[in-house]
Formats: sequence, C-alpha cells, structure tokens
Amino acid sequence: MDKLLRVSYSPHIHGENSVPRLMWGVIASLVPAFVLSVLYFGLGAILVTATSVLSCVLFEYLIQRFIMKVPPTVNDGSAVVTGVLLAFCLPATIPLWLVALGALVAIGVGKMSFGGLGSNPFNPALVGRVFLFISFPVQLTSWPLPMGFKTKLVDAATGATPLGVIKEGLLNNQQVPPLMDDIPSHMQLFYGNMNGSMGEVAAMALLLGFIYMVVKKIIPPVIPLTILGTVFVFTGILWLANPESNADPLFHLLTGGVMLGAIYMATDYVTSPMTKKGMVVFGVGIGVITVLIRRFGSYPEGVQFAILIMNAFVPLINSWFKPKRFGEEVQHG
Amino acid sequence: MLKTFAKGGVHPPENKLSASRPIESLPLPQTVSIPLSQHIGAPPAPLVQKNDQVKTGQLIARGEGFVSASIHSSVTGKVVKLEEVMDAGGYRRPAVTIQVGEDEWMPEIDTSPGLIKEFDLSGKDIIEKVKEAGIVGMGGATFPSHVKMSVPRGKKAELLIINGVECEPWLTSDHRLMLEKGEELLVGIRLIMKALQVEKALIGIENNKPDAIEHLSGLCLGEKGISVVPLKVKYPQGGEKQLIKALTAREVPSGGLPIDVATVVHNVGTAFAVYEAVQKKKPLIERVVTVTGPSVKKPCNFLVRTGTPVSHLIEAAGGLPDDTGKIVSGGPMMGKALNSLQVPVTKGTSGILILPESMSVRKPVLPCIRCSRCIFVCPMGLEPYLLMTLSEKKMTEKMEKEHVMDCIECGSCSYICPSNRPLLDYIRLGKAQVNQLIRSRKK
Repeated sequence: MDKLLRVSYSPHIHGENSVPRLMWGVIASLVPAFVLSVLYFGLGAILVTATSVLSCVLFEYLIQRFIMKVPPTVNDGSAVVTGVLLAFCLPATIPLWLVALGALVAIGVGKMSFGGLGSNPFNPALVGRVFLFISFPVQLTSWPLPMGFKTKLVDAATGATPLGVIKEGLLNNQQVPPLMDDIPSHMQLFYGNMNGSMGEVAAMALLLGFIYMVVKKIIPPVIPLTILGTVFVFTGILWLANPESNADPLFHLLTGGVMLGAIYMATDYVTSPMTKKGMVVFGVGIGVITVLIRRFGSYPEGVQFAILIMNAFVPLINSWFKPKRFGEEVQHG
Repeated sequence: MLKTFAKGGVHPPENKLSASRPIESLPLPQTVSIPLSQHIGAPPAPLVQKNDQVKTGQLIARGEGFVSASIHSSVTGKVVKLEEVMDAGGYRRPAVTIQVGEDEWMPEIDTSPGLIKEFDLSGKDIIEKVKEAGIVGMGGATFPSHVKMSVPRGKKAELLIINGVECEPWLTSDHRLMLEKGEELLVGIRLIMKALQVEKALIGIENNKPDAIEHLSGLCLGEKGISVVPLKVKYPQGGEKQLIKALTAREVPSGGLPIDVATVVHNVGTAFAVYEAVQKKKPLIERVVTVTGPSVKKPCNFLVRTGTPVSHLIEAAGGLPDDTGKIVSGGPMMGKALNSLQVPVTKGTSGILILPESMSVRKPVLPCIRCSRCIFVCPMGLEPYLLMTLSEKKMTEKMEKEHVMDCIECGSCSYICPSNRPLLDYIRLGKAQVNQLIRSRKK
C-alpha cells in the first residue's frame, strides 16, 4: 500500500452549517418584507436597497483588499445582510448618496475598524443608521406616504410616523385616544400601511421572516420573544395605569422599528449574548430602554439606541451568565 | 416521549448501512500483531519469546497491578517478532507478532455454540474470571472491566446500565450483537449484576434500532430486574454520563464517576465478553467490527480476532475504494484516523470507517461569529468557543476555572460550528496544558 491517508483528530464529519448558509438564510427570510416595501414605496425601495447592499459589499471588499490587505470575504453574505438591514431602516425617498455614506460608516466604522466579521461590538447596520439619523435628521425623518409606485422619489408627500404623531401630540398636551383617529387601524399597521422606514413597517412580513428563521434554526427565538414580550408588558402597564397619555401595547409592537430591531438587529450573532440566560437579560434590557425612550425620551422611537446600548453590555453579560454545567449542582468529594 | 439526556447533543446523519448484515467470521490473516497495551492503564510484560509456539487463547502477557488487563493469543502459530507496532492512535506500542497456523484452541476453552445459563460462581469469582480473560470496556475507552465491576469501599452500586446505544453514526457492531447474541448477553448481564450485587439492570437502546429493542424486550420478559429502555436518537447518548442522565435523571458530579450516583455502565460488547469468559472460559480474543463507508462495496460486520491488520478487514469488505481519503478506527465523531493499513484490530476497535477524499478534508476556518451553537450543543454545559480562545492564548488557569477538564471530547462543538473552527482540537491542547498544571502543583 503506497496510498497516503489523511490523518486528523476527531470529529471526522461536519454538519451542514456554514456562515454563508446562515447569512443567505437571513437574506431569504427578508424577502417578504422587501416585497411589501416595494409595494408600499415603489421604486425608491428598490433603489435604496440596491445602493445600500452594493455599497456595503464594495466598501468591505475595498477595505479588506487595500487597507487590511487580507483576502476579501464578501461572499460570506454578512455584508449583504448589513446592507439590506441598513436600507430597511431608512426612508424610501432618502438621497442615494446618503445611503452610500451610511453604508461606509456601517461597514468601515461599525465592522471593519474592529477587525471585520465576528469582532465588532456594535451592530454595523445600526451604527450606520444612527450616524445618518444624528447627522442628517431632516432627511432621515421625511417619511413618505405608502403610495406604491406613485411615491415620488423627490418632493414626495411626507408625514409623521404613527409614533411621531403620538409624541408630537403628547408634547402639545393632547390626549392619546383622539390622536389615534389620525393613525391607521391596528390591522393596517400589521400590514405595514403607514409612514415609516421602508422595511420596518410591515410587521406581518417581518414575523413571517422570524418564523422562517426559527424553523430553519438560523436563530433561536429567545431574543425577539423577550424584547417583544417586554415591550408589550411594559407599555401594557403604562396603558392600564393611564390610557389618556399612553398608547396601547399592540400599537407599540406594530409601529416603529421594534419588529425589525427585535427580529433582525438584536439577533445579530456577533453582537448578542452567547447563552440563553444572557439572551433573556439582553432582550429585557432592550425592551425596557425602548419603552423608556419612546415614552419619556425626546425621540419618538428608541429601538436603535436601546440595541446599541445593550450591545455594549454583551461582554459583561457573557461573563456573568454562564450555561448550567452538567454535574455542577452535586458537590463531589 | 422517549427518554434522552437533557442538555446539548447533535444528530448527525445515521448512515447505518451495515445494520442488516449478519455477523460473519472473518477468515484468519497470515500474521497477527497483538499489542500488549490494549487498555487504559499499565502495559503488561510479554510471557512469550521469539519462535515460541502459542495456541489460540493462550496467555501471552499478564496484567500487572489492579488497573491492567491480560493479553491472550488470538491465533495458533509461531511468535515471529516482539517489536513495536503502530496503534490506532499513531503511537508505537510493544506487540507480539504471530505467524498464523492451524487454529487450535486451548483445551479448557469451550468452543461449542450451546448457551449455558446456569452459574454458581460467587461475585468475587466472576470478577476474577473477567480479570483472567483480559476483558476491557469494548465501547472504545478500553478501561479494564474487572475494575469497574469491583465497587470501591464506601460506595454502593444500585443499578447496572448496559450501553446498547451505539450513538456513533455508521457503526452497527453492537446492534448486530444485540440481535444475534441476545440470550448470551442477558446471561452476561446477570453475571455482572451478581458481581456488583445489584438487583436491577437497564439496557439503553436508541430508537433507530427497533428490531434490537423488540428482540431484547422479548427476551427480558422472563428476566426479573432486567429491562430495555428505548431512547430518542441523540449523540453523544452513548457517553456514560449522558446515558445515566437519560435513564435515571441522575447527574454524575463534575470530576466524579458513575459509582458516585450508584450506577455502573458496561457496553453490550463487554457484557457478551463476560458471558464468554465466565461460561465458556474464553478470553477476549475476538470482537465484532463494522467495516463501512460511503464507497465501501460490501459494508459488513465481522467477527475479528484481535491483532488482525485493518487491511485484511478492508479486503474482505470489497477492497479499498479508489476515492479513499481517510480511514477511521471507530466512529466518525470520536474515532481515530489511521495512518497505516497495517494497524491491528484491538479490543476497543468497534468499526473501520472508510471516508472518501471529499469527506476527509476540513473546510476552511472562518472567524467565530459567536452564534452560540457550540454552547447549545455541548452536553457538558461548557463554552467551547471560550475554551478555544483561552487555549490559543495559553491561559491555562482560566481554562481550568472554566472547567475544561469536564469536556468528554464528543466533538459536537466542532461538528456544529458554521465557521468550521477546530474547537475540539484546541480544547484537547488546553486539557493537556491544564493536566500539566495540575501535575506541577502536586510536586
């Protein structure tokens, strides 16, 4: 026998999982939300998404190739996910150069400056989003009306988001129940028929994506469920205590970025805790901070900040909340 | 709901290709090389010299000390060499090489096929016979069985667990043994129960072997205290600690042994060997070995004499496939990759798995994306990603604090990792570092 054999340590087989497979799975789960956002906001949704994805991939490639001088790994799909998620939390009528700028910050500052995939402490898409939100508040809060392909790309008819309507009204000493008349019904909110970021509006489509990811075992359901549960319970308590100045809990779940944030932003593997216990703490933290900002802060929406704040706690959560070891309870010898 | 262990685990494709192939006796090879160290513990010294004639079943090395096992000649013939041979782990071990002649068994061994049910030996005598026969754990760990059958002072055994799980994909040797040697197996279990002085024995079998479950359950009807428990298919259920958890909900404490929760676990192969040793006076010189793989022409279960070179088994299974990349002794999850076809079958060889080149190459390693999958599948509740990082950075004390020594090396973490990270390889290195640290403290 002169055949050379390969030798390695066990295990000698590997599961079907791979990073690209997981990332493309996330992208597949975003298709329903993308289709609905095109239906609501027309060509703008396609242009913003395409610009964001292409910019993220291009910037990651250029940074890896020319600055980090490592073999580019853009085909792992992670830059595409960042691109789609960044686009989804922008208004569909935003100038495209701002989208590209956001992508540069998301990939360049949010991800590659820490060393690339797996090393970033903050969710890259949210870093890009918050950068744009703080630097260009006017463009970032001009929400087009959902008019499908009739939505104009410039000078479109805009209006406040449902959360904005409530916030504005409360600041002007109005009460919540009459304000609700200016807001689409809960069913319409569930379909996503409202002013808002292009991919955030359709709770229905995002929940579909969530179910797909859980069934395909791409993400465990812990984080989204705890965030949504915490928001529901916290806003529910406020609403029961004082329905005059608080919107109902279902309204809070269906509006703003809480669905997109809970399902896609907070579940980012790299920037979320490692154990189930840690995930619960993380999710409750995001839920509580979101409601605090929505109700008592100066911004109508707080999910983006809540997730970034909790991202910063992840290393601590990881060292505090360990999995329960086999045989740890019984003291030996 | 079928029972299983609570924490972690994976379910690789089962691929039990050889499950319906009856056990065949493999024709004897021209030479056998019998390693003198086929167990965990001290290696015994040889009792034979070059050119000696030996008979099948003759003692050729006596186990010295308590944790050691005797070695017997598996064939009749002339000792031609007393040299080192490569074992499955890649280490050179002293071995006796015998040129095979006409098969002539030692006269005291009963080679008739009849079932002998009655026994009047005391527990102590049974343990002595098991020790004389050189029986070791046949699931792969090869710990001398008489040691596990002697309950240490101050401890008490309540329950015997027989491991018929065979959770490794591809392997079917235990499965076939349960189907074909069920009655002998039950006598073997009775013998071990007597030695341990326990009244109750459970046979754990995964649900992917319904024929074995049905067969043994039927045989158990007349047996007081012995019953079969079907288990949900999940790797690594054949791990001692996981099997005890699945069957009794007891957790062996960290750093402890099954006897700490009043249980003792033996493999079905071991129980059968105990039967043969006690009732037939036959030492452990042959065992069932599965030869299988995606491109193997004739996946088989062979009854093989120890010392037979792996090449002989592969020939009998239709020859080495052209696309062979890796040959594994044992199962795909915990087996050892062989670097030579001349490696001999030993008491712990449960299977020979021949993998094609396409399944032999590891995929490129990507950065850890902290997806937590390694934590979710770890049956011991450890954090493999963290242990790997600590091992890379040689942070030995921190590794010890993170309980790296609890790792059972099942490989679930490396199996599941989407970034193809060599988690278990680094954890093994880490365990060696921690071992060194512990030894240096004792000095």
